Amino acid sequence: MTETLDLTLKIWRQSGQNVRGRLETYVVKNISTDMSFLEMLDILNEQLTLEGKDPIAFDHDCREGICGMCGAVINGRAHGPEKGTTLCQLHMRQFSNNDTIIIEPWRSRAFPLIKDLVVDRSAFDKIIQAGGYISVNTGGVPDANVIPIPQETAEKAMDAAACIGCGACVAACPNASAMLFVGAKVSHLALLPQGRPEAAKRVLAMVEKMDELGFGNCTNERECEAECPKEISITNIARMNREFVKASFFSPMKLSANS
Amino acid sequence: MELDAKIPGGPLKDKWDRHRFETKLVNPANKRKFNLIVVGTGLAGSSAAASLAELGYNIKCFCIQDSPRRAHSIAAQGGINSPKNYPNDGDSIWRLFYDTVKGGDFRAREANIYRLAQVSVNIIDQCVAQGVPFAREYGGLIANRSFGGAQVSRTFYARGQTGQQLLLGAYSALSRQIAAGKVEMFPRREMLDVVVVNEQARGIVTRNLITGEIESHAADAVILCTGGYANVFYLSTNAMGSNVTAAFRAYKRGALFANPCYTQIHPTCIPVHGTYQSKLTLMSESLRNDGRVWVPKNPGDKRPPNQIHESERDYYLENKYPSFGNLVPRDVASRNAKEQCDMNKGVGSTGLAVYLDFADAIKRDGKDVIAKKYGNLFHMYEKITADDPYQTPMMIFPATHYTMGGLWVDYNLMSNLDGLFVLGEANFSDHGANRLGASALMQGLADGYFIIPYTIGGYLAEASFEKVTIDHAAFKEAEKEADLHIRKLLSINGKRTVDDFHRELGHILWNYCGMSRNDEGLLKGKELIRKLREEFWENVTVPGSRVEFNQSLEKAGRVADFLEFGELMLTDAYERKESCGCHFNEAYQTEENEAKRDDENFCHVSAWEYAGDDKEPVFHKEPLVFENIELTQRSYK
Repeated sequence: MTETLDLTLKIWRQSGQNVRGRLETYVVKNISTDMSFLEMLDILNEQLTLEGKDPIAFDHDCREGICGMCGAVINGRAHGPEKGTTLCQLHMRQFSNNDTIIIEPWRSRAFPLIKDLVVDRSAFDKIIQAGGYISVNTGGVPDANVIPIPQETAEKAMDAAACIGCGACVAACPNASAMLFVGAKVSHLALLPQGRPEAAKRVLAMVEKMDELGFGNCTNERECEAECPKEISITNIARMNREFVKASFFSPMKLSANS
Repeated sequence: MELDAKIPGGPLKDKWDRHRFETKLVNPANKRKFNLIVVGTGLAGSSAAASLAELGYNIKCFCIQDSPRRAHSIAAQGGINSPKNYPNDGDSIWRLFYDTVKGGDFRAREANIYRLAQVSVNIIDQCVAQGVPFAREYGGLIANRSFGGAQVSRTFYARGQTGQQLLLGAYSALSRQIAAGKVEMFPRREMLDVVVVNEQARGIVTRNLITGEIESHAADAVILCTGGYANVFYLSTNAMGSNVTAAFRAYKRGALFANPCYTQIHPTCIPVHGTYQSKLTLMSESLRNDGRVWVPKNPGDKRPPNQIHESERDYYLENKYPSFGNLVPRDVASRNAKEQCDMNKGVGSTGLAVYLDFADAIKRDGKDVIAKKYGNLFHMYEKITADDPYQTPMMIFPATHYTMGGLWVDYNLMSNLDGLFVLGEANFSDHGANRLGASALMQGLADGYFIIPYTIGGYLAEASFEKVTIDHAAFKEAEKEADLHIRKLLSINGKRTVDDFHRELGHILWNYCGMSRNDEGLLKGKELIRKLREEFWENVTVPGSRVEFNQSLEKAGRVADFLEFGELMLTDAYERKESCGCHFNEAYQTEENEAKRDDENFCHVSAWEYAGDDKEPVFHKEPLVFENIELTQRSYK
């Protein structure tokens, strides 16, 4: 049933990276429970604009949970309280009348803040650039059905490939580790026969880049898995670790470097 | 102006081969000397930037999002067509070609579509090689499903996230070229102008969305892959940031805009539920493989769906179109939904919805099979509506989804401005008056992977280039204009927000230029938009400054362009005195209320030339010639 809510919002405001930030309090009224969380922020921003105040900056684009652009920590939880849901797909029926909601940006050294709830996640792009691809040029590839792939393997690869690169795993992790993100990409490509030729090189390069960019290590807290809007499993981290160990000892490039 | 589509001669099947042979090549060493700009990183942009960089060109690539991976191609759900005929059900390049020409209601070029069908076979191979995890059968081979407007299963898919997987494939290829130093990537940049020197597109002006800085970039050619303009309707299935600005600014610099009135209203979207709503969510057309569309037989029947007996339901698509049933093309499905709602048979609290029912499919195949095919879509539906589609039928209603119109391009995908190429949804080329499902991904990737790498070489090899840097007067002038435009927006300090204007513009277009149109409404809509535009420039309020991260300012610039562009749509719709595909003028319909074309007078592309602010644009005609297909009244019965 549609109801309306009056809410108190405490939102992180910070005009730039080197400026001190603070939580500011705002009140919104008559928020329909059918509204999405971002639509509630839209209403607040309309209100602020008409009052001549600076609206809240927040990233968002597709608003259907797939582009990975949105994200904020809501009452201490990345993307809010609902499991397997991006912030744009979170609806106000998850909240009650007169709730106070605290809204903060992703916090991680590797994601510098741009403004308010907007952070710079280009570190993720850099990790992909380090090796999150299969080195094929356009053209000259074999027919799609030349290599059969067991359905189960394809499904597992798809489970990992579903990552939207939003950064919630990093925000949720007490170590700000990116291992779920990296593990998902390493797994997606390592599971498929097309990705095997470069599997060792890939995992070594991506992990090295991840460490270089200041992400923390994994200590099996499992917060990433709990908050991932696409419910990516930490078995992907285990698979990455396996691939990494294997590559560190037995990959041709390591063997030739050691001999 | 003579519009020359530069369609190669010879038989249809040989045109592309022949053209590739006749097109001049740039030798590998010389490719390194050319600098190209790619704007947009959706399927068309990412695939073009990666493929051109692989060939050796130097690429600068731009997107408005924080990462190239976020472009809205990522949201495409259902699939991508390719006539590989893996299911052995009678598919062929010719059949895909025919279905696409017919689906577009005979308002697109034969030669372009035939080429699209040809290269679409290579796309699937390319994507698999990149690691795209397409759905597979137990034997390990790739699975296919059906989509609207076709009687074969030629759609390849990766669950309900096909666009995501294809885009991540293209993004990975792009990332590899960024790492190799062949592509310089500029995220969070918005293109504000194209710079023309000696009648050649030689660069762009952008705004850095973090610092607000106005920047210039020079190149030997510019490739726009900036998507469609469905957000002109305010509510659409597009991403919030999708806009017409890059294409519209190119139009203002002389590029022709073709068929702007061809806008597709997708039949299966989640209905509107409140005035605060910011966007509409599509439920993939693939659902119509198993879902059955129905409304109550009796007008005004407001009982819940489970209380309406089988005999009191009207499965109107199955009844009216027995051979295509629920899989009629999108324009037909949308118009029929509207028709049912107009007869007061609509369901839900607003009466603007029809049911899409999976009960029979679940009974037939079991819940697990349905969950495997559509689980993520059902999940998304439940999140938004709080209804469980495994238990109760979905409610759906048409929403603006895709725009077939776009910048005019020739067979080489070059606009009438030399050196300005336009790919993907941003051009007008392949879908005529209506796009079939699973064809947008196909076109975006065909343009980027397999067409532009050949055709741009021909241009670069033959054109002569004066040395142009960003110090050229044309860049300085364009920068100044962009800056003035921004200052003007910030200086109005009125009383209405940008969103408020955008919402009103959307209402006008939905009412007068939506699923059905008439001459009187189109004229009225034009008048209303003019008034609204006037008010915008007197009464809009845009907070903040120009030299900072300012999302309100970004929106204001885009809505300002939509306010001009909307009028162009109405002009185009008014001039087309026929119905075809998604352009349905009530005065031109068959006895069965289907779109009635006028091939004698309107078998052409309408291309519009900018003539100055507040002046009527100049009309140009590109006649469409059909040598291989007989023009017929479309029938899906």
